[in-house]
Amino acid sequence: MRDALQRAATARPHSLTLNLDAREVLAGCLFLGFGLTGLLVGSAYASGTAMRMGAGYFPWLVSLALCGLGVALLVRGLWLGREKVTLDGLFIVRPALAISASVVAFALLLPSLGLALATLCMTLLSGLGRHKAHLGELLAVGSALGLFSVLVFGYGLGLNLPAWPV
Amino acid sequence: MELLAHLGIGLEAAFTLNNLLYCLIGVTLGTLVGVLPGLGPVATIAMLLPITYGLSPAAALIMLSGIYYGAQYGGSTTAILVNLPGESSSVVTCLDGHAMARKGRAGAALAIAAIGSFIAGSLSILLLAAAAAPLAEVALKFGPAEYFSLMLLGLVAAVVLAQGDVLKAVAMTLLGLLLGLVGTDVNSGVERFTFGLPQLSDGISFVVISMGIFGIAEIIANLERSRGQPPQVARVGSLMPTREDYRRSWKPMLRGTGLGAVLGVLPGGGAMLGAFASYMVEKRIARHPERFGQGAIEGVAGPESANNAGAQTSFIPMLVLGLPSNAVMALMAGAMMIHGIVPGPQVIDERPELFWGLIVSMWIGNLLLLVLNLPLVGIWVRLLSVPYRLLYPSILLFCCIGVYSVNNSLFDVLLTVAFGLLGYLFIKLRCEPAPLLLGYLLGPLMEENLRRAMLLSRGDPTVFVTRPLSLTLLILCVLAVGLMLIPRVRATRHVAFSED
Repeated sequence: MRDALQRAATARPHSLTLNLDAREVLAGCLFLGFGLTGLLVGSAYASGTAMRMGAGYFPWLVSLALCGLGVALLVRGLWLGREKVTLDGLFIVRPALAISASVVAFALLLPSLGLALATLCMTLLSGLGRHKAHLGELLAVGSALGLFSVLVFGYGLGLNLPAWPV
Repeated sequence: MELLAHLGIGLEAAFTLNNLLYCLIGVTLGTLVGVLPGLGPVATIAMLLPITYGLSPAAALIMLSGIYYGAQYGGSTTAILVNLPGESSSVVTCLDGHAMARKGRAGAALAIAAIGSFIAGSLSILLLAAAAAPLAEVALKFGPAEYFSLMLLGLVAAVVLAQGDVLKAVAMTLLGLLLGLVGTDVNSGVERFTFGLPQLSDGISFVVISMGIFGIAEIIANLERSRGQPPQVARVGSLMPTREDYRRSWKPMLRGTGLGAVLGVLPGGGAMLGAFASYMVEKRIARHPERFGQGAIEGVAGPESANNAGAQTSFIPMLVLGLPSNAVMALMAGAMMIHGIVPGPQVIDERPELFWGLIVSMWIGNLLLLVLNLPLVGIWVRLLSVPYRLLYPSILLFCCIGVYSVNNSLFDVLLTVAFGLLGYLFIKLRCEPAPLLLGYLLGPLMEENLRRAMLLSRGDPTVFVTRPLSLTLLILCVLAVGLMLIPRVRATRHVAFSED
């Protein structure tokens, strides 16, 4: 309780002047970034005339509008925010990292290890995305899924993927 | 009478053993993902897209559409028994459906929901069949100017009716348009936004973008949220509704069907909008509105009919005009393109067996769903006790194999992961991903039609307002935007979507 009061007291002058919504600001930057990239890269393409549009005409139009919206979001986030939002704790890195790693590992391992083992590795890695990973359970799920993928995708649907290590 | 002849073609096409089987697979999968919270039809269709390469186009479309309307049935089961929306369009069913379950009347609620869905499905499929041919005839008269205006209307309406913030939705649409332009420009042969990568010269693959943003990103976001125990499931009890239940329900079912069918056709519409509208209408006209939230059967019958009607009629703009109106329809259009069919009014004439077969299969699917969801409800209930930590590795597996098997390419997988992370960022920043997918799909088409229209008019932009059909569509655009600016509508929109 006292902590909360203290925090409110110290945060007050700041929040009076500025209701910074970090989500909006970040979204604005993101769209502005994409828009600027579009303008920059797109400037190399011939724009042509309104009658005979070149490769650059439509991308230029879209990128410009995207920049405009990025700026609008940025302005809204910086000065017109309805609530104060900070980035603390907004992103949790662990699940994102584990899932990405597991998908990439699957694609890297598949050509040499085959479906069954690649699936097992993918399951184990994806299990790291959770707070408490039970190794035994993951092994069981991974083996079952590996068998399933060999049977269904390898033999059943006849996808051109190796089933076992080569 | 022409309609009967068309349905005859459809019956013949749909009643092959192969197509019936894929219809059954589709609706079973649909019920499954509808029941399971955290896995929706969009992600499922995205995951299964690549696997449909090997099927005939008709079987592929029949199965994928079965997933969509099947999910509308399954979603109500979770909403009623667990008080969680298994599917986003079942959010309002939680209110009265679960209240009924707490009173020990879950079975009656489930039965009314399934019967309402079936009636709504059947009626709106008839509407779809009757409206398709005349609408397609109009659409065949469209020139490039009309097509451009139509797509603009599609994007504007998608933004207006989409969940969440308008500014962000517009930005997402534009980003989608830009992503759609990646690859070789058909007119000049220039490679645009490929950054010198040969893998991008054909553009970013539809599978990569949809799987990343709807598959991987959702898993990451769900993992963050999911904590603890499997949910508490209410007892089903007797599946027989009382005479009183039927008496109270039939009118809301019909009203829900009408509302859902109309709102489903609108770009950006689909299943969810109708369900919200139906609940609000039923509550407004009820003699005792205070019963709502306490287990009023009308609050189950109306929205559940509406969401299925909407799911069915949202096929109209995609099948007839080639204009996908929501994320699921964008995926369906993508599936057609994978099989070399360009969605549009010409499909009815060129591939009648495909078009009418799909429509008839939807009715068969609805019948199958009635059986799947009432007598077999116990099986689905048991599935609810499977925790997400056992579920997500299998979802991930489907994603991995789906992307990898398209080209056996590591590049595709890396790009999918990149889009997955981008999609996660969007979820965190509260940017709805559906408009991005629509923009991505419509980007190249819009550019092409804009170029052609301007070439035909010799660079005169007034062509869009001097052609009557194009002008009508543009006026509708302006009206849609104008609607947004009315404070009352804005407030309602805010309320309708804030319950999610």
